[in-house]
Amino acid sequence: MKELFVEAKIEKLDSVLDFVRANMGECTPKAGNQIGIVIDEIFSNIARYAYNPTVGSVIIRVAVDDEGNEDTGNDCGGIITIEFEDSGTEYNPLSADEPDITLSADERPIGGLGIFMVKNIMDSVEYERNGNNNVLRIKKKL
Amino acid sequence: MLDVIKTETDNTATLTLTGRVESMTAPKLEEVLIPAYETMQNVTLDFAALEYISSAGLRVLLMGEKKSKEKGGKQTLINVSEAILEVFEMTGFDSVLNIE
Repeated sequence: MKELFVEAKIEKLDSVLDFVRANMGECTPKAGNQIGIVIDEIFSNIARYAYNPTVGSVIIRVAVDDEGNEDTGNDCGGIITIEFEDSGTEYNPLSADEPDITLSADERPIGGLGIFMVKNIMDSVEYERNGNNNVLRIKKKL
Repeated sequence: MLDVIKTETDNTATLTLTGRVESMTAPKLEEVLIPAYETMQNVTLDFAALEYISSAGLRVLLMGEKKSKEKGGKQTLINVSEAILEVFEMTGFDSVLNIE
């Protein structure tokens, strides 16, 4: 498992994305793009709300488990686990209401889709309150 | 990273997007898309070179769709990849946006 310590600022999005992708190995563009969406939804949420109005940090951990084999980190086909840990305001994103995706353009509230997309793209999404920290752990078969 | 090239013909502005629309880049798309309806009736967004779009980008497309209706124009998406179409279907945006 590799760790990135980064400021919870939206400007750091590219650093986070590069870190996670570098540890995914040679995957399909589709997998890379899906992970890109998920990273944006989760990291931008932490950057906006966790420490507002101050600034704090986030730890991002990545591991690719090659189905029981050694964690090679450069072989697509394993299960990727990504963890986001912050010490900001307690918030479980899984507690948010599901958006109504059947509404017309005029009726739709703007926003609220991020965690819904994360849950759809990933195979599992778990939240844990660990002491003073929020830990969001997401997994997907690559 | 997102590059937006705007081409105007008759009453339609075409925005050609290269890169990705996410939290960092969605404001750039908003800055070009929304004001385009002040001078043009219709906006066509060419997604041929777009890698992906996150909810921050969907928000801007929804704003554009509402603006086009308000102005009596039309917003159209062209060259949408299968992967991006999946995102639209997942979120129900396929029934909100005009995708050709």
